[in-house]
Amino acid sequence: MSVTPHMPDHPAALALARRHSLRWWESLPWIAALAFFFAYPNHLGFGTELLIMVLFAISLDLALGYAGIITLGHAAFFGAGAYTVGILAHHGIWNEPLTGLALAALVAAAVGFLSGLVLLRTTGLTFLMLTLCTMLMLEEAANLGHHWTGGFDGLPSLNIPPLFGVFEFNPLIPKTQFLYVLGVLFLCFLFVRMLAYSPFGQGLTGIRENTLRMHAVGAPVRTRLVVCYTISAAIAGIAGGIWAQANAYVNLGTLGLDRAATVLIILVLGGFGRLYGAFVGAVAYMVLAHFLSKIYPTAWQLGLGLLLVVIALFARGGMLGIGEVLMQRLRPKIPPKEPASRPSP
Amino acid sequence: MIFTVDNIASMLLGGMAAGMVLFIVSVGLSVTMGLMGFANLAHGAFAMLGGYIVVLVMRHWGVGFALALAISFVLTAAISMVFERLLYSRLYKAGELDQVLFTIGLCFVFIASLTVFVGPENQPLTLPDALRGQLDLGLLQYRTYSIFLIVVGVAIAIGLWFGFERTRFGAQIRAAVDNRRMAESLGINIDRLFAVTFGFGSGMAALGGGLGAEFLGLDPQYALKYLVFFLIVVSVGGLGSIAGVFWASLIIGVLDFVLKKYLPQGGTLFIYALAILLLLWRPQGLFGKPA
Amino acid sequence: MNGTLLETRSVSKNFGALQAARDITFTLEKGARHALIGPNGAGKTTFINLMTGVLLPTTGTVLLRGEDITTMEQAARVKRGIARTFQINRLFRGLTVLENVYISVAERVGAATNMVTPAGKRRDVIDEAMHLLETLKLADDAQRTIAGLPYGRQRLVELAIALGLKPEVLLLDEPAAGVPSAESHIILDAIDALPKDIGVLIIDHDMDLVFRFAKRITVLVRGAIFAEGTPREIGSNADVRAVYLGQATTHGA
Repeated sequence: MSVTPHMPDHPAALALARRHSLRWWESLPWIAALAFFFAYPNHLGFGTELLIMVLFAISLDLALGYAGIITLGHAAFFGAGAYTVGILAHHGIWNEPLTGLALAALVAAAVGFLSGLVLLRTTGLTFLMLTLCTMLMLEEAANLGHHWTGGFDGLPSLNIPPLFGVFEFNPLIPKTQFLYVLGVLFLCFLFVRMLAYSPFGQGLTGIRENTLRMHAVGAPVRTRLVVCYTISAAIAGIAGGIWAQANAYVNLGTLGLDRAATVLIILVLGGFGRLYGAFVGAVAYMVLAHFLSKIYPTAWQLGLGLLLVVIALFARGGMLGIGEVLMQRLRPKIPPKEPASRPSP
Repeated sequence: MIFTVDNIASMLLGGMAAGMVLFIVSVGLSVTMGLMGFANLAHGAFAMLGGYIVVLVMRHWGVGFALALAISFVLTAAISMVFERLLYSRLYKAGELDQVLFTIGLCFVFIASLTVFVGPENQPLTLPDALRGQLDLGLLQYRTYSIFLIVVGVAIAIGLWFGFERTRFGAQIRAAVDNRRMAESLGINIDRLFAVTFGFGSGMAALGGGLGAEFLGLDPQYALKYLVFFLIVVSVGGLGSIAGVFWASLIIGVLDFVLKKYLPQGGTLFIYALAILLLLWRPQGLFGKPA
Repeated sequence: MNGTLLETRSVSKNFGALQAARDITFTLEKGARHALIGPNGAGKTTFINLMTGVLLPTTGTVLLRGEDITTMEQAARVKRGIARTFQINRLFRGLTVLENVYISVAERVGAATNMVTPAGKRRDVIDEAMHLLETLKLADDAQRTIAGLPYGRQRLVELAIALGLKPEVLLLDEPAAGVPSAESHIILDAIDALPKDIGVLIIDHDMDLVFRFAKRITVLVRGAIFAEGTPREIGSNADVRAVYLGQATTHGA
């Protein structure tokens, strides 16, 4: 690959060429997670729950933040993964954790692929309604299939054998759960980050920004969306599967409207289409919910409602978006660099 | 399972009564969604607010059911118009995501506010004596209130249809639903049209909230509990179509009633599946115009 | 082989009772510099939509190098070399100018399905996009997002995205509308710099631009071809002048 000699490396080209390189602050979430592990050994259950919501929110970010697929039914895939693990373990078919997760991803991906293939022909409000109805239908199905799913009560006390045959999942001291989830989150995050910075990911942002133009540059838009939706579903399925393993039970709450709304709120609160919005949003939401929702449940709901109204009206980039604006304000204005060799016209 | 004439008639009547409440609540949502293209998930919250106003006004001021419904309609319409002018109007050009978030947030605010000011418990509605008991229909006896709901629902449907098809204001709304820019260039004041339509739609929701409180119950979770049903009715009927909402409400009301009786377990599943299939077959709904 | 690139045969399009295109038989030759003019509402954009597959004709056929593409999907036509710009900007508003063009170049060279390599590692795609921006005098804006760009500059990005597809048939729907007249020459220069054998069809209301650019002109009125000929013929056609109420009388004489 040769660079045309008459054209010096333009700052814009350099910026794009370096866009994917790791920055120092990208290590912070992982350092913080490890620090949490040592600092709060009594709150690892909460920490595990938080990490799982980060993973779930990242899966949504890929579909909603990058490709602009606005769905109200993402918990369908979380639930599909959770019930895959739950049903297999409860009925003594399969309970090894890692392969169980792979199966959860596979089942959720299948649900995502099939529903995406059919539903992604529609857009806007119709698509919103269809995703919602699909999720609620799955929830009803799980409610009805007592024999397999345990119905309303779910499947309690799943028997999950030690990770790698060594590390026990102790429900009282969930050290294994926390580190296991952290590891899976890390791998999934690397994968999503790779996708986001790839040409494929760039194309997804193109679909988000202007679907009609993507057709006009020759992109098979629907195929791309279905692929993205399927991958997103698979990761949501992993989040659901690992939730079932870490908690050793499954219930209807894994695929209900509550969970779908929560993950949407988390992502929007943090800032979608930004990779790290899921982290920021999940920490802010889960910590606040943890402390407020038990003591002042009504105030929590009121505050959450007002927050959503404010975000929708004034801060569409979420917390990260606000941060970006502040950073730009604080930074001294640098005049745009003119290449010295070019005389101004 | 015995299919007698009595049985079928009573199921139809019960389903129609529920369908009429669905219709009265949803019709406003259909028109505002069709007219403004706004994904208003707070519509159920306005219905809930209307129900609360009816119950509270009857309890504390001692006014009759009919007057309470009228007060609820006017108050809810007025409140919603304030919301429309101040907040909703800022998001007309925004994407669905912002609209969804905003209106979910509004739902939470309504739920929390009612929990604080009225309480988290169910608010029972006391029907006037005249609407209680059974009515002799010759062929069978049936709940007076259900018959009342059907009569009111049909009357409202006819009134709305007439207003929509035969009045100047209705013509303006239809023109704006079909082609907003064209309507604007014809000198229709879109801002005013939106505000009035939104207020009217929310007022209808309040009416439905009050009329349905007797059998749907009334607690702060109402705003989200029945939202999915309202949305299904609207999207199955077709955005902006009064006839569409009417028939979709009837179909879903009767189906739900029948299924709850004979298939208490899988009824809702069936309705979701039906809605999905219908929307895939006709994304614009039964009576909607193709995009 | 003959020199015909794109061809329509008796193409009509009805929207209900409205006939937006009637019986249009039209050819775009290799190397053509062809203009499509006509009063507002004549169906010019509809005709482009029919050729690019945004709309399907009610009757008639569309051929590309002799191949019937009447019902082919938009994306497939783009792969076969048809590119267009839009009368109203259709850009990736939240992305930078460079990213806008990157997307189009990446689609053409087949990089866009790559999920593994970072977009930044495709220096060939970046350099080609950058090069295009240089020729359109957009390099200084390369890092700005579209939303913060003046409208006239956005029009140039609109063209850059289409050029990134290296088309053989280029359909330009009022490329200079909204571009300050001091900058409209950039668009013509860019078109002049294209390979000579690609066929260009331009729609514009700016008669200066049309007569400077076109070797051949087709006049569309109420969905049908009203006249076709060289700029000189069209300019001296009394009927065309009547349609334009004298707007075009200063040209071609």
